[in-house]
Amino acid sequence: METKSIMIVGVGGQGSLLASRIIGNVLQSQGFDVKLSEVHGMSQRGGSVVTYVKYGDKVYSPVVQKGEADIIISFEQLEAARYVEFLKKGGHIVTSTQSIDPMPVITGAAVYPEDIIGKLTAKGIDVTAVDALTLAEQAGTAKASNVVLMGVVSKKMDFNESVWQSALEACVPAKFLELNKKAFALGAQAAV
Amino acid sequence: MNKLMLGNAAFARGLYEAGCTFVSSYPGTPSTEVTEEAAKYDEMYAEWAPNEKVAMEAALGASIAGARSFCGMKHVGLNVAADPLYTAGYTGVNAGMVICVADDPGMHSSQNEQDSRHHAIASKVCMVEPSDSQECKEFTKAAFELSEQFDTPVIVRMTTRVAHSQSLVELSDRADNGLKEYKKDIGKFVMMPGNAIKRHPIVEDKLARLAEYSETSPLNRVEYNDTKIGVITSGICYQYAKEALGDKASYLKLGIVVPMPTKIIKDFASKVDKLYVIEELDPIIENHCKALGIEVIGKELFGMCGEIFQSGVREKILGEKAEVMTFDEPVPPRPPAMCAGCPHRGLFYCLSKLGVYVSGDIGCYTLGAAAPLCAMDTTICMGASISALHGYNKVRGSESEKKSVAVIGDSTFMHSGMTGLVNVAYNASNTVTIILDNSITGMTGHQQNPTTGKNLKGDPAAAVNLEELCHAIGIKSVRVADPYNMAETEKIIKEELEKDGPSVVISRRPCALLKYVKHNPPLKCNKEKCVGCKQCLKIGCPAISIHNKKMEIDHTLCVGCGICKEMCKLGAIGE
Repeated sequence: METKSIMIVGVGGQGSLLASRIIGNVLQSQGFDVKLSEVHGMSQRGGSVVTYVKYGDKVYSPVVQKGEADIIISFEQLEAARYVEFLKKGGHIVTSTQSIDPMPVITGAAVYPEDIIGKLTAKGIDVTAVDALTLAEQAGTAKASNVVLMGVVSKKMDFNESVWQSALEACVPAKFLELNKKAFALGAQAAV
Repeated sequence: MNKLMLGNAAFARGLYEAGCTFVSSYPGTPSTEVTEEAAKYDEMYAEWAPNEKVAMEAALGASIAGARSFCGMKHVGLNVAADPLYTAGYTGVNAGMVICVADDPGMHSSQNEQDSRHHAIASKVCMVEPSDSQECKEFTKAAFELSEQFDTPVIVRMTTRVAHSQSLVELSDRADNGLKEYKKDIGKFVMMPGNAIKRHPIVEDKLARLAEYSETSPLNRVEYNDTKIGVITSGICYQYAKEALGDKASYLKLGIVVPMPTKIIKDFASKVDKLYVIEELDPIIENHCKALGIEVIGKELFGMCGEIFQSGVREKILGEKAEVMTFDEPVPPRPPAMCAGCPHRGLFYCLSKLGVYVSGDIGCYTLGAAAPLCAMDTTICMGASISALHGYNKVRGSESEKKSVAVIGDSTFMHSGMTGLVNVAYNASNTVTIILDNSITGMTGHQQNPTTGKNLKGDPAAAVNLEELCHAIGIKSVRVADPYNMAETEKIIKEELEKDGPSVVISRRPCALLKYVKHNPPLKCNKEKCVGCKQCLKIGCPAISIHNKKMEIDHTLCVGCGICKEMCKLGAIGE
């Protein structure tokens, strides 16, 4: 199988590491060669963060480049716009409708674009936009919006629900498992 | 069993399987997790040292004592540890000693983009370079074997993409080597001139034997496919080249990067039509090939700066460029910012308001240089804030002394800031030093340090008392401020700037991300009182924005620190 590429983008602190680990677990359980690439350190401090997930028969480079991503999972609208250059033609975007002003917008040096999701859709891109934050709060905590988005993504990939459930069990601490399962289910429902 | 592992975690697994029993490191992105993961194996003693020099000396001591030992650091950390390294090249080891140095091409979290291979060449030790997690583990084990076989420390060079990528690793059992016998050997371990003179030829001979060994080492590998294109590469660039070129090229993958082989390179070069060297940063492999009289294409195509990626290889060698979609309007950048509730924010707002010259240092607080605070004039290296301000003040005199401060974090102060403070006291400049004591090493992801009262394993440890230390150094005026109370902090800094004689202000408040720190409920803006004056935006809090001309606080980010409340003269911000 040809190598497939997923990008998880968002704002430092939104929980993209857990998301990548859940997807990584799913892919490994299906017998794929898998590589994940994370960014630590300075970029985590509220900056734009990117995690790459690649899988196939044999994966070489752990990073995804412009025009290569089959799916972009975005935790924040502006980040979806920022990384659209990385999307492959015919690729999907799964994004939270959450918006967080970056510092240049806060200080007035730049403007946050309006109707990002509409503009991406107008380009002919298959965009699934979900209010992950509200759903996460329904599940019990705003912090679970990463897992809500995993629920959405599970509907865009061809793996059994049970595979995702065991990935959650493997990656989430036991005391938060029920909450995260609920967040995942809400995401999966919202995707349909 | 195959396990998906971070390169750094696989490295730690390699330490475990190789029977390493001593680990001493200083954190630094992207190397930190090697030591954090090593600490999870009870069979290995692991510690954070105050700096990389101490860590390397401790590891060398453990090796001399007969234990397989390790120390880890980022590229700039190796500069700090260069002194013991260069002489350890002469003494050699008893039990194997392995060093991790993690370079950061692309400068994801670093102040420069130096290539550590130069250090391996200059210190005359061996260096190996893995390209994925499985190799991180295997090369680490091989490094211990090489270290003992050739009586030398061996450096395992990591780069960000190898250190911070996960890939599948096959696990093996641990080999228990026990302690090797220690035999007193003054000629080998006491490096005074008379002995070192005799060691130098031994070092040169060791390098020659290592180079000979590298001709047949399984760590260096040739893959023949189409021979129109030949690629000599190592580390992550091997993965980029394989992804971009596949079977369209043949490869010589170097696992041992210092010293390099000659015969296999010449042989490979003779079998391919066009030869490329793909390596990030400096032309080390390229210059080696050129010195052998081999024609290669390298830096003229790929340049010296940043990362290369599969796209770079595709574009430069095959002339292929990906089709890309674009967003049709400007996307505002999202640079990193101090977190909501960061205790550094209040301090930097005071400094920005006072308009002083700020001699900065390495840590989260370097973000004080970013807009809107812009409260930093210099950042050079770990510990430079205090010493550089001393020099600045010495030549600019008392006018400058009353309008300048050095800022340095608790961990950085312990690392190499205190010697600068000794210089301030000893050579008498009226320098004001602000220690930003957030009770943790923040930037690298919350590592303990000698001031926190806990060790790497989280167990209670001796804690350096910063006030007493500064007094002992000879600083008479040492005061503590709470940066959440900006009025008081500003007052203290102003008073210290006016005083004659050096002083220290400890700005003390634990990092807001620490688990034990209790947060207040998020604050809210009373929209009736808010007039949209934007005064609250001056502190650069990521939780605060203006929508429809009124202030808004993001309740998912706000931790109720109350700094914005101090900014608002209209009393519009409350619980």
